[in-house]
Amino acid sequence: MVIWIVLLVMTAAAVMAVLWPLSRHESAAAGDDPNTEFYRQQIAEIERDRARGMLMPEEAESAKAEAARRLIRAGASADAAAYAVGEPALRRRRAVSALALSLVPILAVAVYGAYGSPHLPVARPAPQAKAADGIDLAAAVGQIEAHLAKSPEDGKGWDIIAPVYLRMGRVNDAVNAYATALRLLGRDANRLTNYGEALVLAQSGIVTAQAKAAFDEAIKLDGSSPRARFYLAQAAAQDGQTDKARAEYTSLLASAPANAPWVPVVKDQLARLDGTAPAQDSPMPDAAAIQGMVDGLASRLASQGGSAEEWTRLMRSYMVLGQRDKAQDAARRARQALAKDGAGLQMVDAMAQDLQLTDDATKP
Amino acid sequence: MLVEAGHYALALALGLSLIQFGVPLWGARVNDPVLMNVAPPAAIAVFICVLASFLALTAAYVTSDFSVLNVVENSHSTKPMIYKISGVWGNHEGSMLLWILILTLFGAVVAGARRSVPLRLRANTLGVQAAVTVAFLLFILTTSNPFTRVVPAPLEGQDLNPLLQDLGLAIHPPLLYIGYVGFSITFAFACAALIDGRIDAVWARIVRPWTLGAWAFLTLGIAMGSYWAYYELGWGGWWFWDPVENASLMPWLAGTALVHSTVVMEKRDALKVWTILLAILTFSLSLLGTFLVRSGVLTSVHSFAVDPERGIVILAILMIFIGGSLALFAWRAPMLQQGGIFAPVSREGVLVLNNLFLATACATVFIGTLYPLALESVTGEKISVGAPFFNFTFVPLMLPLLLLLPFGQTLAWKRGNFLGTAQRLYAVIGIAILVTLAVYAFTLGGPVLAPLAIGLGMFLVLGSLNEILTRSWAKGSNLSAALRRARGLPRSAWGTSLAHAGVGLTVIGIAATAWNAEELGILKVGDTLSAGPYQVKLERVVPRAEANYRDEVATLLVSSGGRELGHVETMKRIYVTRNMPTTEAGIMTFGLSQVYASIGEIQADGSVGLHLFYKPFVLLIWLGAVVMAAGGALSLSDRRLRVGAPVRAKGLQAMPAPAE
Repeated sequence: MVIWIVLLVMTAAAVMAVLWPLSRHESAAAGDDPNTEFYRQQIAEIERDRARGMLMPEEAESAKAEAARRLIRAGASADAAAYAVGEPALRRRRAVSALALSLVPILAVAVYGAYGSPHLPVARPAPQAKAADGIDLAAAVGQIEAHLAKSPEDGKGWDIIAPVYLRMGRVNDAVNAYATALRLLGRDANRLTNYGEALVLAQSGIVTAQAKAAFDEAIKLDGSSPRARFYLAQAAAQDGQTDKARAEYTSLLASAPANAPWVPVVKDQLARLDGTAPAQDSPMPDAAAIQGMVDGLASRLASQGGSAEEWTRLMRSYMVLGQRDKAQDAARRARQALAKDGAGLQMVDAMAQDLQLTDDATKP
Repeated sequence: MLVEAGHYALALALGLSLIQFGVPLWGARVNDPVLMNVAPPAAIAVFICVLASFLALTAAYVTSDFSVLNVVENSHSTKPMIYKISGVWGNHEGSMLLWILILTLFGAVVAGARRSVPLRLRANTLGVQAAVTVAFLLFILTTSNPFTRVVPAPLEGQDLNPLLQDLGLAIHPPLLYIGYVGFSITFAFACAALIDGRIDAVWARIVRPWTLGAWAFLTLGIAMGSYWAYYELGWGGWWFWDPVENASLMPWLAGTALVHSTVVMEKRDALKVWTILLAILTFSLSLLGTFLVRSGVLTSVHSFAVDPERGIVILAILMIFIGGSLALFAWRAPMLQQGGIFAPVSREGVLVLNNLFLATACATVFIGTLYPLALESVTGEKISVGAPFFNFTFVPLMLPLLLLLPFGQTLAWKRGNFLGTAQRLYAVIGIAILVTLAVYAFTLGGPVLAPLAIGLGMFLVLGSLNEILTRSWAKGSNLSAALRRARGLPRSAWGTSLAHAGVGLTVIGIAATAWNAEELGILKVGDTLSAGPYQVKLERVVPRAEANYRDEVATLLVSSGGRELGHVETMKRIYVTRNMPTTEAGIMTFGLSQVYASIGEIQADGSVGLHLFYKPFVLLIWLGAVVMAAGGALSLSDRRLRVGAPVRAKGLQAMPAPAE
């Protein structure tokens, strides 16, 4: 309601700005004509210049004569321009008043009516949700970063900060930190596994060739590393080598200590491979939240479109959630949406290849 | 609600501008002062409306109101406050709103000048100016509305283009727009003079501050844009003959010619028709620049969102205004009173020469910029017209102009004596030649043409100093008298000299680029790379994080001849939201010279690619532009009435009477 009152007041003020000068009946004072005034001032200026010695007397004389000639001409034209008064002038003023009273509000309402949305509320960004230890963590990271800036060759520092980065969601920084630590402190199984894990997270759960190489090297150094074995099994599963993956998971379970916390996760993966537990029935801890985010991205892309990066992110997210058909559908829609964007299409195709969606996706 | 009120204010401004367009022009036609007096309050009301709507949009940015599409697309809640504000004009819609804001602000200023501008001229000018406002308001409301809302509002914005998250963005567009739009006022005055069929010294006096002001701001805007490209794009160049740059250079060249021809008109009541034409052309070129940059014909940092529909609307606006004003010119110009005639060797004669050179240079840039575009649209063939073309056409046109400049500045009005003028410049010419020879001897085996260009620059700077000197110091007079006279010189004389000295400084800066040193290398920590007299040592490469971006920072130790001079940082920056990388150059300034380091790829083994430049006297390029603008401002502040002090030749011969 308030908005309508505000708009009404604004309209009234705008109309008044036009009506106000129409209501004033003063006629322009003849003495104030800036044209003749200009030449008068010019003559006075010449006088001042002569008094200050800036102009020679004969220069000043001829300049003054010139200005005076122009003054006379300007005066003559001002006299000729007698202002219109009387009945026709009054009629014109009424016409303009009517125009202002109608045109301004009608046009404003028409234009605003076509493009405005008066009922929409204001959106305020939600205050950033801070973890309980959020501030301390940020301060700690700042300290470590400052230390590393001074002594970048301190591999231990990189090793310490990498998992913190991971926890803060700065996955790419974590990857870099682990890579630096590997370079400075040497390649051991645990560090290689951490590095591989960060790489996997950076790719939303896809075990890339680079990550696989890291896990392979870790296994070579320490054959018992359960995490590296787990990710290699996942890589096999993602490559479609179901049997190999199943064998890996099974042997991993067989070698597991009784109370290992990761056993349920492996069992879960195994069950999914066997098809006995579809993804929807055994959701990962925060799968619902992820699903919500992915759905949000999907609906936004459907309604507003988006960049090639966003489309590929959507495709990858569906694959991670195990929804292959939706990923294929996303690839199809991405191709339509990015039909004019050559580079974008390439990205989508490359991603489809990586995710092994190509065979089905190209079929109509 | 604030956003909606801002939107509505924009719609109100449209209706009010229509009134401001029609009523005063009608009033001037039927000679009704009351109707003509509608113009000022209407212009002020339009300005208030547009200001309200600009403030509403700014408020939406500051509070991160993500229900506004424009804010979603160009802002982010973690962005620093300064970039939230500058982000308002860091996108197509917002920048057009800023354009209109400045346009209406200038209209309001003209409306406020009751004392100095004659009633009819003011009514006609504001009417024409309102036509421009109407066109752009329609454009923004229908095709680029910054107040479009989104339902439901997203939780977070998509952030501003990282290249634009820079102090340069906060400054560069407003400066450039004030320049462009200032010429729109000159344009409106020119059309008003044509409509009224009357143009005189009063007109020239009123237009002068607008032209000078617009020119000074445009100069600063271009220089700022050039410096921004230099340090932000990481290529180390300062001018690329890129069509977008040319789009701003063309109005600048035409505007420079206009500034000079207005002087002739004010002092000598001549060159009237040409001045009117220049005023029209200058604004037309500004519009053309807007079209090139905003239509998607060109791709660059400036073409934010490419949309063919917008291009067509801008093209229509372009055709209406350029075609309309030129038609008006063709129809009315023959009826204007012609001014006096004058001798070829005189100040005004040289100024005509200046206009010819500048207009030709402008045409050259025009062809070089538009020919490839036209060819591509007709035949589909892509050609690239770059630096070589402009070096062979633009530079030879500029050289005689610059050589003539000190002579023209020294020549007297009305009838000058070329030999006498040359005599007054003997010392200057001598010093310039000496400097050239000294530079040549000092850098023997180096570039051959550059010392000549340095000499030319010195000639310009010294010629300007000489002008002040000879005007204030007569033979035999003592120092205090000379100082008194120098202080007594009109500010416009000081301004002229300053601006021309600025040209000289820029020329020296450009010439000095011939001694640039450049080195490429892949460095491990501890390695060094050298360019010119400076060496840099890579000390470390570390990541660093800010609210909305992350850096990989390479810290370099700069030294010269074994002496450590300090650290400089260059970084690869990733903006998290858009996942877009940029390169931040590391620059260290020594006097007027700079060492410029730009980081390349970071290799897996921790080594980094590095591009290192040594740029002697590079700052002079922009410093010169700033001095030019300062000269313009100084000249602008001189509100004396000027008379081209006529000297009687002999006998009774009066001034050549204007043909009536």
